[in-house]
Parts: sequence; structure tokens; C-alpha cells
Amino acid sequence: MNNFPILTFLTFLPILGMVIVLMLPKKQELSIKITTLLITGIQIILSIFLLMGYNFSAGGINDPSSFQFVEKFRWIDITGFAWIGKIKIDYFLGVDGLSTPLVLLTAIVVFIATISSWSIDKSVKGYFAMFLLLDTGMMGTFVALDFFLFYIFWELMLLPMYFLIGIWGGPRREYAAIKFFLYTLFGSIFILLVMIGLYFSSMETLADGTRVFTFNMLEMMNPANYTANGILSPLNPNNLRLIAYIALFAGFAIKIPMFPFHTWLPDAHVEAPTAISVILAGVLLKMGTYGILRVCYPVFPEITYQLAWWIALFGMINIIYGALTAMAQKDFKKLIAYSSVSHMGFVLLGMAGLNTIGISGAILQMFNHGTITAMLFLIVGVIYDRAHIRDLDAFGGLGKQMPIYTGFVTVAFFAAIGLPGLSGFISEALVFLGGFGSDTTRIFAVISTLGILLGATYMLWTMQRVYLGSLNEKWKELKDLTAREYFMLVPLTVIVIFLGVYPSPMLDLMNASVNAMVKFITDAQGVYSAFNSF
Amino acid sequence: MNKLIIPDLLNSLNSILPEIVLSLTLVAIILSDLIFHKNKKLLPYISLIGLIITFVFLINQFGKSDAAFPVAAQFSFLSLDPFSLFFKVIILVSSILIILFSVSSKEIESGLDRHGEYYGLIFGMIIGMFFMISANDLILIYLSLELLSLSSYILAGFVKTSLRNSEASLKYLIYGAASSGIMLFGISILFGIFGSTNLHEINELIRTPAATQLTFLISVIFIFAGIGFKISIVPFHFWTPDVYEGAPITITAFLSVASKAAGFAVLIRFLKVTFIDSLTGNGYWQLIGYIDWQTLLIIIAIITMTFGNFAALWQDNLKRMLAYSSIAHAGYLMLGVSIFSDQGLIAVLIYFFIYMFMNLGAFYVVMLIANKINSEEIDDYRGIGYSLPLLGTTLGIFLISLTGLPPTAGFIGKLYLFIALVDANMIVPAIIALLNTVVSLYYYVRVLRVMFLIKSDKTVSVNLNPLNFAVLMFMVIPTLLLGVYFSPLVNFAKESVQLLGF
Repeated sequence: MNNFPILTFLTFLPILGMVIVLMLPKKQELSIKITTLLITGIQIILSIFLLMGYNFSAGGINDPSSFQFVEKFRWIDITGFAWIGKIKIDYFLGVDGLSTPLVLLTAIVVFIATISSWSIDKSVKGYFAMFLLLDTGMMGTFVALDFFLFYIFWELMLLPMYFLIGIWGGPRREYAAIKFFLYTLFGSIFILLVMIGLYFSSMETLADGTRVFTFNMLEMMNPANYTANGILSPLNPNNLRLIAYIALFAGFAIKIPMFPFHTWLPDAHVEAPTAISVILAGVLLKMGTYGILRVCYPVFPEITYQLAWWIALFGMINIIYGALTAMAQKDFKKLIAYSSVSHMGFVLLGMAGLNTIGISGAILQMFNHGTITAMLFLIVGVIYDRAHIRDLDAFGGLGKQMPIYTGFVTVAFFAAIGLPGLSGFISEALVFLGGFGSDTTRIFAVISTLGILLGATYMLWTMQRVYLGSLNEKWKELKDLTAREYFMLVPLTVIVIFLGVYPSPMLDLMNASVNAMVKFITDAQGVYSAFNSF
Repeated sequence: MNKLIIPDLLNSLNSILPEIVLSLTLVAIILSDLIFHKNKKLLPYISLIGLIITFVFLINQFGKSDAAFPVAAQFSFLSLDPFSLFFKVIILVSSILIILFSVSSKEIESGLDRHGEYYGLIFGMIIGMFFMISANDLILIYLSLELLSLSSYILAGFVKTSLRNSEASLKYLIYGAASSGIMLFGISILFGIFGSTNLHEINELIRTPAATQLTFLISVIFIFAGIGFKISIVPFHFWTPDVYEGAPITITAFLSVASKAAGFAVLIRFLKVTFIDSLTGNGYWQLIGYIDWQTLLIIIAIITMTFGNFAALWQDNLKRMLAYSSIAHAGYLMLGVSIFSDQGLIAVLIYFFIYMFMNLGAFYVVMLIANKINSEEIDDYRGIGYSLPLLGTTLGIFLISLTGLPPTAGFIGKLYLFIALVDANMIVPAIIALLNTVVSLYYYVRVLRVMFLIKSDKTVSVNLNPLNFAVLMFMVIPTLLLGVYFSPLVNFAKESVQLLGF
């Protein structure tokens, strides 16, 4: 079991699926769908194996030896004469407590999105090929530990996403697709620049004792590896670390999306087909926060400390601004999109606390938001499939017409509000505890509690407008859930309730890593201030 | 007075075997056109055989660093160095591809009776470029540049019945004549100052500042203008969109890759050999400081790429759009040159090798589609992705690679460029170049949008023969493969940065 390259399979299985899909004849729509379902099903099984073999006490973060399921091969190896053109890149995969929850989340969300894609009837072959390519990009981003590899996977997602929104989306799909593409590419050029800067600032020691520049993220985190005059090296008195941190953070923040970079999100969500909205909200947004935790935090620990106040500030703005904007929406999908902006703000706020509770809360919130928002978008999809509109004011009293559906809606809405007993409550509570626990972020945590209140307001108001009251005569024909929709909503509901009642398994999963990260960042302060003093 | 010595001269013939083979092929083409003037099908075969033999002789020169046709003891007319070999390989590969393109081009087929001219002139261009790349002497540079230019003026107007072709040819001729006149003027001033046209000799002479600065500056700028015309950098770019749009697609593709490669090779040799003072230990070139070349080139590079990208945004004709995009790529390459280090030079070489595949590939798909629909307007590509999935997808891959997104090869080209820039602490130009990439995404993706996002009722069908398919794959596979495994290319480029003497 130990030698089985499980992460490679998790990442590249969808590519294999894509090749199979492309070879199947265009008319065989059912077998294309079944292939995709099988591939994503195997991914879930693989991620369960991953969990079974997982060592809960290994920390990871900056320590290469405590990463698990590591696969490391030299991929590009160019030895230069003198220093010219010398480049070494590793194929380096591994997971720790930070990435495992997200790998799990990706597997679940993609599987459910596949079921939700069953209703696609336009160019089925192209759709599922792109869908599977997207899957590889997402999985790869979460398991890559070499910055170069990480960047390749990160960019790999752009093109399939462009086509998935642009071909199978709503009326304004072209605008939404290109806006998404340009925004994210704009963000990733900063990531690319900082990546190159870091490459020239840290050196890895090879087995034979020679020192070479490295793209390995874990080596970049080790203060002992800095070069004397790299532009992002703290040893260089004129280093650009602060600017680089802001650039990198902005690159990731576009994906979160953090205010003021959020404007692509509502457009993309409104136009994307339901399954793609589910993936977008469920997984893609997490890549931004994951990137910050994986790269920004451990590579620039001293600047993270310096800027924690700002991260919390932007977290708070996201929470309040997202909630207020959500309240003003008339389109159901836009409302959920803005509620995502608000909920991702909690992740930022939790991260800014820089303590175990806060960061645990942030990671848990990432997972919970993934499942809850996936549910919310599926819920919108259910009525949109039937009524073909999403106008909040056009409905009313659906609770009488579709009682079981409304039951699921209630669970999802209350989970989003953060009602005790459902998963959203746990993570939000942890985020607030973490926020209060740190002097820098306390004030923002206090103000952000307002966000809970606003969240309850727009969610309950939506509940009232759409599901309560008297039934609009127009919707008398609407039928309750189909079997396929049960398949999508039941597993998510189970997860939401289970993690609401008993969150320990998830917290145990990340605990060692969160502790390692907090310890690393705290300890690093001494190391880095020593750098500055000479 | 320097004297050429006959035995040296004969020895040197060995060094120009590839060029000799090319000239013989040219003769063979003319003879075959005369003798078998009914059978024009023979010509592409003769051309291909000639190019392949040239390739064999070229491989023999691999790793050599020789001076050929010596003038006095330490100077020579030609230099055979790894640097020139790299560019000759690029030109040869693109020439082979262009011959293969021409076989299936409808435009070229229409001028069947003049095929002898067509292939002959292509060889004229190739010979010109080969000498240009190796030339160490301004006179030889000028002569070979003229050989290249004159051949390409005629080729740009090859299809006589097409007004567009004739317009392109005339414009090209006028701009070209003016710029080569300026260049010749610059060369004559330089000769007046130093009494020599040999780059190495000039390099030795300017180490002792005897020249009056202003005249020297003017002459160098004039020469730079002549070369700048060939690589179409701003402000010498005005001909590019018109000629690229008007000329037959095969010639446009050839101009955008091979002729540009030769231009860059000359530029790099001219700058490095003439102005170098010394090489620092980590590969940076110390230039003799009459002119602040770095600032000048950075500014030109940035203006060129920004202009190219922004102008491309408004184009409705795909060929014209690719013309502006090639101006933008010249800007990126120029930025690589402006680093003045071996690292930057490696980046330029890698970029060029990749650029050859992706740019020729894009033109090839455009040609195959234009054969059928007789149009290069972007709007006519509506729904092409559905009616021609293979061509649509490959064009998509080439365009994404031109944008520079992973996992295509274009990303590796850009990556090495940015690595070199960051290493040289040129962060601001790097950021500007990266922002340019975002701008370029918009117009490249616009083609994808028209092909895939918009459906059309018209269905177009193109029957690809095995040759078309093979040529297409020959360009798609490197474009994808070099994006994930680029060690061999980087090693090749790394071995090729050495210029004669440095």
C-alpha cells in the first residue's frame, strides 16, 4: 500500500478519463457520462484510502519528512556550465493536514457535480472532457509541493473553466467567461513573478552537497536556504519581500475572491451551469485561501505577522460587504454568489488570527463552505431546471408544493446562517474564537459578528420569499425532487449534519498541521528579526 | 591593406558547404524548371532534398567554432559558431515546413506556371539568411540582407492576380528600399570613421575612443534601423501588418519566423561583437559605453510589445492579427536581448525555437481553412470548432501557446524570459511584459470564442490528407511536449550561446 502512488492516481486519473471520453463516439452520451461518473467515483474511493492510511500526528507544512504519500522525482534537470540555464524542477506531491481536507472536498464536490451534469445535452463529449481536465487541475493544485508544478496546475484550470462557462453557460456567458479568464490570469502573473523571485532567493542543498536554486516550496520555507543577495531573501537589505507578499497575496485573493477583486464572481456564477457553479464555489474559491496558507504564510512568516491586521480587515470587509450586497439581490444565484463572498471572509478572518483555533476554523470553514454552498447552488439548480427563472420575487409558497425539497433547503440555509448543530456553526464559532484570541484581530472579529446577523437576515428573507407564504398559482405543476437530485443532496446533508454534531474527525485531521504552522510562524519571528538586525 | 590568401580561401570553402548545397539546389530548381517545364510537381521534391542535404552538412558543423574566409590574421568574414548554427537550424526547419505548406496551398497553386520562380526565390531567401547569420562584416551583412529582401519583395507579390498581393509587395519594396538605404549610409559613415567594416576590428578600434561620438552614434543608429526593419520593431514596423495581410500565407509565415530569426541573429551579433568590452563571470556582457544600449532597447521592446498587443485587439482579419501579434513577440524577444547576458540570450533562443512551431502552426491552420472558405476574417470562423474539430483544437493550442499559458511550450519560452529578467533585476520591464500577456490573452481567446462559443448553421468540411495531418502533428506535438519536458531544448540553447570569439 505504501508504494502505491495514490496522489498521482488521484491527480491524473481524470486525464485518463478525458482520453477515454475523447475516444468514445460523440453519440454515446450515456457511456461518456458513466465514464466520468466512474472516474470521479474512483477518486472518492482513493481519497478514502488516503484517509485510512493517513497519520494524524504528522505535521507537514514546512517539514518534508512529515508529509505523507510523498512522491518525488526529478522532472527537469538541466545542469549548466557555470550557472547559466541551470534549473531543477521536481515532480513533488504530498499531503498534510492542510491539503487533505481539500483533497477530500474536491473528490466529493466533483462527484456530486458529475451527477448534476447529467442534464447537460449540448456537446456532451466536449463538456465532460473539459470537466475532467478541470478536475486534474484542481487536484493537482492541492497536492503539488513544488511551486512550478503548483503553478502549472493552477493555470491548467483556466482554460477548461473558460469553455465550461463560455459554451454551456447562460445568456451572458461569453462576457462572464472572458472576465473570469482575464481576472485570474491577471492574478496569476503576480504569482509567476514572485515564484521566479523566490527561485533566485533560496537554494536547496543536494545529496552531493552542491547548492542549487530551487522551486521546492518546502525548501523556500527554510530560512537557512536563503541566498545572500536574492531579491526576496531577508539577507538582502534591499529585499522586496513586503511587495512580493502583497503581489502574491493579491494573486491568490482574486481567486477567493477578496474585496475589491470579487466582481468576476457574481457574473461567473450567474452564467455558469449549475454543476460548474457548484465546482466554482465548492472548490475553486478555496484555492485562493489554500494558496495563501500553503505559500504566503510559511514562506513569508514575518510579513504575515506584519500584515495580519490587514488580512483581518479585508476579511471583515468581505463578510459585511458580501452580506449587505447579498441582501439587495433579486437573482437567487447572485444572492448565493455574494453569500460566498461573505463566507470566504470568515476564512480570511480566521487565518488572520494566527492561532491554532483561528486557522483550524479557517480550514474547517473552507471545507464547510464547500459543502454548504455546493448544496445551495444545487438547490437553485433544482428550481431553475423546473421554472427556468431564478427571480426571488417570482416564487412563493414552494414549501407546500415541494415539501421534501424545502426540507433540504432548510438544512442548507440554516447551515449557511450558522445554526448550532450544523457544520457552519462550528467553523464560524472557531473563527470568532480565534479572532478574539488575537489582539490584532479582536476588533474585526467583534464587528464581523454583525455578519452573522446580516447572514441570517438575507437567508431567512429569501426563505420567506421563496418557500413560505401562499403558493403562486403559476407553479402548481412543479414536482418534488427526482432520484438524481436525492443522490446529490443527501450525501451533502449528511456531511453537513455530521460535522455539525461531531466535528472532531475533521479537526483531528488538520490539528497537527495547524499546530506545526502556528509554531513555525511564531518561531520564525525570532529568526527573521535576527536577519534584519545585521 | 588586408589581403585574402588563396589557400585560406579554399580551405574556407569547407566551412560553407551548407550554403554551397543551397546554391546548387537553387541552380537545380532553375534547370528543372527550364527542362521539365511541364512538370512542376518535381520542384518541391528537389527543394526538400536540397534542404535535407543541407541539414546533414549543418549537423556536421555541430559544436565547431571556426572563422572562415580570414582577413588578416585575426579577423574573418564569416564565423561558424554554435550561435549561428542554432539560427540556421531554425531557418532550415521552418524552410522545410514552408515548402510543405506550399504544396497544399491553393493560393500558390494558382500561380502554377511560375513555380520555378517561387521555389527559386525561397532558396534565395534562405541563402541570404544563412550568410546574414554568420556574417562578421558589415558589407556581407548588407549584401545578404539585400538578397533576402529582394527575394521576399517578389514573393510577397507572388499571386499576380491578387491586388492585395501586389499592394503588399509594393509597400514592402518601398519601406525596404528606404531602410536598407539608411543602413548602407550608416555603414559608409562607419567605414569612414574606422576604415574597416569588420565587426571584430571595429570592436578593437572603439576601445580607444578616437571616434567623434556624434557621427559614430548616428552611423550605428542607421545600421540599427536597417536591422530593426527586418525584425519589425517599433518604429520600423509600419510595413508589417500590410505585408503580412497581403502576402500569400506561406510567405507571411516564412517572413514572420525565418526572416525575423535572421534579423535577430544579426542584431545580436552586431551588438555583442561590436560593442562588447568583456564578459563578467556570471554571463553578463559589459558593453563599451558610447550608447546606453540597455535603456534604449528596453524602451523599444516595451513600446513594441505594447503597441503590437493593443493594435491586435482591434483586428478582424486573422492574418493581420497574427501580424500584430508577431510585432508583440518581437518586443518580448527584444526584451530578452536587452538583458545583455548569456542568460537572456538563452531565453531568446528558447523563445525563438518555440515561437517557430507555434507561429507556423497557427498560420498553417489558417491556410488550410482559407483554402476552403477563402477568407481569413475572424467572423467567418464561426462554429469552426464544431465543424472542424481537429483544426479548431490545434489552432486553439497554438493560440494558447502564443499567449504563454501552461502546459504549452509558449509558457516555457516566457518563463525563461522572465527568469532572465528577474535575475538581472529588471523587475519593472518584467511586470510590463507580463501585463502585456494578459492583454494578448484577450485577442487570442477571441478567436477561440468565435470558433467554439458561437454556433453556426454553415458547416465547413476540410479533407486533410496524410501529409497535412503529419505536418500539423509535427508542429502540435512539440508545442505540447516542450511545455512539460523542455530539458533537451534548454540544453541545445545553452550550448548555442557562444559567439565566435566570446
